[in-house]
Amino acid sequence: MLSRVADRIYWMSRQMERAENMARILGVTSNMVLFGTKETREQNLLAPLTITDSAERYFEDKKPVTLQGLVDFLALDPANPSSIYSCLRSARENGHAVRWQITSEMWESLNTTWIEMRRVRRSDIAGADATKFFDWVKDRSHLFRGVTYGTIMRGEAFNFSRLGTFLERADNTARILDVKYHVHLPSVKDVGGALDHYQWTALLRSVSSFETYRTLYRDQIFPIKVAQLLILERRMPRSLAACFDQVTQAMERIEGHDRAAKRLASELHARLTNADIEEIFRDGLHEYLTECIADMNELGARIQRAYLGTA
Amino acid sequence: MERRNYDEMRAASGEVRPHFGPIAEWLAETPAKRVAEKRREADLLFHRVGITFAVYGDAKGAERLIPFDTIPRILPKAEWDQLARGLTQRVDALNRFLHDIYHGQEILKAGVIPPEQVLKNPGYQKEMRGVELPNRIYSSIAGIDLVRHSDGNYYVLEDNLRTPSGVSYMIENRKMMMRLFPELFERQTVLPVEHYPALLLETLRAAAPPRVRDPVVAVLTPGQYNSAYFEHAFLAQQMGVELVEGADLFVKDNSVYMRTTSGRQRVDVIYRRIDDAYLDPLAFRKDSMLGVPGLFAAYRAGNVSLANAVGTGVADDKSTYPFVPEMIRHYLKEEPLLANVPTWQCRNARDLAHVLENLAELVVKEVQGSGGYGMLVGPAASAAELAAFRKLLKANPANYIAQPTLSLSTCPTFVKRGVAPRHVDLRPYVLSGKEVKLVPGGLTRVALKEGSLVVNSSQGGGTKDTWVVE
Repeated sequence: MLSRVADRIYWMSRQMERAENMARILGVTSNMVLFGTKETREQNLLAPLTITDSAERYFEDKKPVTLQGLVDFLALDPANPSSIYSCLRSARENGHAVRWQITSEMWESLNTTWIEMRRVRRSDIAGADATKFFDWVKDRSHLFRGVTYGTIMRGEAFNFSRLGTFLERADNTARILDVKYHVHLPSVKDVGGALDHYQWTALLRSVSSFETYRTLYRDQIFPIKVAQLLILERRMPRSLAACFDQVTQAMERIEGHDRAAKRLASELHARLTNADIEEIFRDGLHEYLTECIADMNELGARIQRAYLGTA
Repeated sequence: MERRNYDEMRAASGEVRPHFGPIAEWLAETPAKRVAEKRREADLLFHRVGITFAVYGDAKGAERLIPFDTIPRILPKAEWDQLARGLTQRVDALNRFLHDIYHGQEILKAGVIPPEQVLKNPGYQKEMRGVELPNRIYSSIAGIDLVRHSDGNYYVLEDNLRTPSGVSYMIENRKMMMRLFPELFERQTVLPVEHYPALLLETLRAAAPPRVRDPVVAVLTPGQYNSAYFEHAFLAQQMGVELVEGADLFVKDNSVYMRTTSGRQRVDVIYRRIDDAYLDPLAFRKDSMLGVPGLFAAYRAGNVSLANAVGTGVADDKSTYPFVPEMIRHYLKEEPLLANVPTWQCRNARDLAHVLENLAELVVKEVQGSGGYGMLVGPAASAAELAAFRKLLKANPANYIAQPTLSLSTCPTFVKRGVAPRHVDLRPYVLSGKEVKLVPGGLTRVALKEGSLVVNSSQGGGTKDTWVVE
């Protein structure tokens, strides 16, 4: 497959997944600000900016952190390349450039999403309607992934699409968990309190794993178990381990003689397979996740170099 | 003094020509409502599939649909066979001409064509002198525009030997007709055109450097913002070959490679839909972002083939056109089977005088123009337009040719008020590989405005499915 085509397909899939994750983060945030003290509320509002590495940019024009401000910036701002609006636009542009290498159903799904996104007004994402919008973004992403899975030939286009989707998702899960770790844990006295329960529930819901937690652990919500679920539990489809099952599978299927990217992918996979959550906690969850995020970054760079042409 | 237009469906007596019989019956018996419904369905389908084209000079950069008319244009097989022989002969002579002017230049020495007409032509590429091409084919893919005059005869309006477009519409129009009106194909045997991409691939593979056993073919496009991008992508997909942009290719050791996810892959034949000038910034326009540095050197070294070849523009230039019948006589020792339209070359003082005197009755075209841009249709022009063209002609006469205003034949077409005759032309596609091949038919373009003679899609023309029937 042409490197340019693979590049477009890979990024198209990453951007769609990114839009979904942004919707998840904002959805949970808009829910969490309903609870807690003024202090935790502020922390909760800062979380989306930390997760997406965009605090600096947000504070450039000295805006106060409000929910509406976050929505404007992270959902609707055309100038913010990570906003939902920008992700859906870029995904559609990338799809347009390779519409003859993807299926017509995939193209139509991307195109329709973008056409509808352009019609969204700021007033549509205020108050209770915000949830509706975030759910819509998730639905469009589910639809696109499903259409892709159900229609595209099992070949390089499929492999690069899967690779983009799951690398993006793994990165996002790691970031969500990392920032919540900071937000939640400093105050030991909160552990087990009612507020804490809501916070952890919200975190689990943001990655669609609240029910899974209940099913697997039948227990109160403990941070270490949440970490176990989101990092190592491969039955949970947004966990790092599950994402890396998909990433390595896609990498193995990709033709080509590259060593650097494939080796790093299987190293990360092996590390997730053999890890022990108690050990991770002992050495520091934050340190562990920081390293994961850096390694995934490096993997992305190696994939770009080996297959997609230097961007 | 003007005779009636030739109508494709009805003879002057009003009688329906036999090959149009089934369609005429169908038109008479099908309720207008059903036809209107089907037309809307066609529009919807074309939009969904995205068969659109971009219009140059449109400030909004809008993508438009080319209007599709659901009444086919029909030719009896015997008539088509005759046309096919004429087209084969003409393209054969044009390819021989191109080989000749880049080699021995016999035709110039024989005085058939004035040397300066060829050697000073902007389409003449000196760098192509002495370059040997596989099968000596320069224009592997030619689109020849034909019109039928009121005398009932076909005339060649122009030869397109560089990057003729439109063939995707020929195929998509047929697909659409079969989908919308399958019952029509039961009434008549329509010869198929869907195998065009297979023939094109065969033609392109035949153009490969001779020592290559299993040639790799790619379609080179300027990119998704080009007006014919849909067609480039369509043909690549139908042939099962890569659609590449300039940046996907690179030249190493005088060979051309694609950048792929599994490393570099050699390319043997490039079906390029980019003009000569933009092919290679090292050899032609230095500011070209579309081309591939080093491509021309690799081509000259015989390591990659280009279809069409570099330097074919000299042969489809409108000032070369008047000499084509002489080329046929010179190279093939045959009489031309297809007639040229009488043409005045404004670079000759006598012709220019005639043209200026009769401007209101003539069609004036730029010698290098295409797409219906920069032309004057005398009888339809206002006094101001005539005056403006008079100035242009006097300022740069060599840039123009003039022809009598042909009365293009008409074909029944759906318009707002029902069915009415509209002017049509015909562009068959001629593929030259080891031998010359055509699919029966071509692209029929129709001028949708009443009385209009300009069929170009960029100027409000539409298309029809073209049937050759047994």
